[in-house]
Amino acid sequence: MPPLGLIIAVVSVVALLTFVAASAVFLIWVERKVAGRIQDRLGPTRVGGKFGWLQTIADGMKLLVKEDIIPGSADQFLFRLGPYIAFCGAFVAFIALPFGNGVVALDMNIAIFFMLAVMSTEVFGIIMAGYGSGSKWSLFGGMREAAQMVSYEVPMAICVLVPVIVAGSMNLSEIARAQTGWIYQWYLFRDPFTFCAFWTYFCCATASCKRAPFDLAEAESELVAGFHTEYSGLRWSFFFMGEYGAMFAVSGIAVHLFLGGWNLGLVPFELSDQFAKWMGTASEPSMVGFVIGNAINVIVFITKGMLLVFVMIWIRWTLPRLRIDQVMMTCLKYLLPISCVLLLGVSFWHLAMPSFVLQGLRYVLATVCVLWFLWTVRQVLTAKGTPLSQGMPAWWKEAEAPGYGSLTRT
Amino acid sequence: MMEFQAFLFYFVAILTGLCAIAVVVTQNIVRSAAWLMFALAGTSVIFFLLGADFVAATQLIVYVGGTLVLVVFGVMLTAQGPFISMKTGAVEWAMSTLVGLLLVGVLIGTIVRDPTWKDLPKPKPTEANQSFNSVALGESLLGVEEATPEARLTGTFDPRTAPRRTRMAYLLPFEIVSVHLLVVLIGAAYLARAKRRRGATP
Repeated sequence: MPPLGLIIAVVSVVALLTFVAASAVFLIWVERKVAGRIQDRLGPTRVGGKFGWLQTIADGMKLLVKEDIIPGSADQFLFRLGPYIAFCGAFVAFIALPFGNGVVALDMNIAIFFMLAVMSTEVFGIIMAGYGSGSKWSLFGGMREAAQMVSYEVPMAICVLVPVIVAGSMNLSEIARAQTGWIYQWYLFRDPFTFCAFWTYFCCATASCKRAPFDLAEAESELVAGFHTEYSGLRWSFFFMGEYGAMFAVSGIAVHLFLGGWNLGLVPFELSDQFAKWMGTASEPSMVGFVIGNAINVIVFITKGMLLVFVMIWIRWTLPRLRIDQVMMTCLKYLLPISCVLLLGVSFWHLAMPSFVLQGLRYVLATVCVLWFLWTVRQVLTAKGTPLSQGMPAWWKEAEAPGYGSLTRT
Repeated sequence: MMEFQAFLFYFVAILTGLCAIAVVVTQNIVRSAAWLMFALAGTSVIFFLLGADFVAATQLIVYVGGTLVLVVFGVMLTAQGPFISMKTGAVEWAMSTLVGLLLVGVLIGTIVRDPTWKDLPKPKPTEANQSFNSVALGESLLGVEEATPEARLTGTFDPRTAPRRTRMAYLLPFEIVSVHLLVVLIGAAYLARAKRRRGATP
């Protein structure tokens, strides 16, 4: 009989691996669909019925049976190892990421620091791939990635410190618990400095996932495909699992640090604790209630994380790529000083300001942001649809067969 | 049967040792750096197993970045052909073996000279859910608790004794070192900047 700890470890690792792989499958589909819509196309439509939602599975099957090519000039050892290291870096970070109240593989005291440290190893796999491929394009991609990662880690870590100072803890569960309650309890609305820190952090996080406009490492118009030019088949797909895993991980960190973690924000209590109290007695909280409350928590957390990932996808297909010197300038001349100012500011703000300013600003920020969000949603929902294209009528007519989705864009 | 966590410890320790040997034996400079990174990551896994999470994560974040820069330099500054390899002469082998053996001798000698070395606690990893608090580390930095000598392996203090002020805080030396590093950084940036002749338009 293996020890209980071992069983728990295996179960949680399997669950996390499933989550990372499944969310990669889902997000690749979302990416293609969003890209299609933004570029005035339909995106995948055929595989799996109406929305092409099985497209990624089909792609995955194709990748599985594809020939695994290793170039003759490659350094075999580094070439083979690269993708796994890149994937491991993103995956191991999930061990410390809480999904709900106590729903975490390892409730670490220094969870946020651990996640940043582990995710910084991801770049090493990319360097190994870039160097090991024995191709100039790959090497350029790898070197750019190294320069970018080393620079962007600094403002990212400083931005992470802002809510850590506020919460007085590096434990992500505790940071999320500190934001229990109404939506204005979220650290995003706490004061102007945490508010700005969220946007700065999100920029750095986008860059650290090497997503456009910071995707210099791939830069398909300049470097063919950058560090993964020479890869094919399963190894190539590991890079993408790693990338989408890292996207959700940094979004999860942002949700915990700024957006209230697993808290809904629409009720003044913590769901799992409250449900356990309601369904049980005062002395004996109900386990069922705890589980139900936590199920809602997990759904809320994953939804928030996925929304942030959606924003990253949206940005990728909207903004053009920066030049490498612009990327470095954005980091060293703007993001780094901004994050330092935010760190200093958040340390002094609460000592310097009277309490009615602090509370009032919190309500104002929260109200404005919520109203702006609702207004945007309303604008999106009520926008008049325009015809997709005026040209090639025959094509669009044929495409009107069932299973192709609607032809008007909203 | 061995304890599972003790087994993990020995497994990781042996792997780390092998990686460290590979660093020396490999002739390709970038592969050697990759082995170095594995050896350092293995060290941080050992720290994790001993429950020193903070030290482990710091080891990871500092040394992975460091090794990364090493690789970049290895590629950019020494690249003559597509892959760089280093030939090691017999004299260099002899010298490095001598230095390595001396270091091992010093370490073993220091350990054995302590009469209590046999009674040192076995490498006993902590339970997964019981990681040490990094507060102790911060407090010793500020001089609240002299943490280091209390427990040899993890450097965390015995929670049963009350905290006390120490004569020595580590904050001042730490700050001096970091300011020193800052000076070095600025100096390097000054030396590396593009030279402009006086009077030339920028």
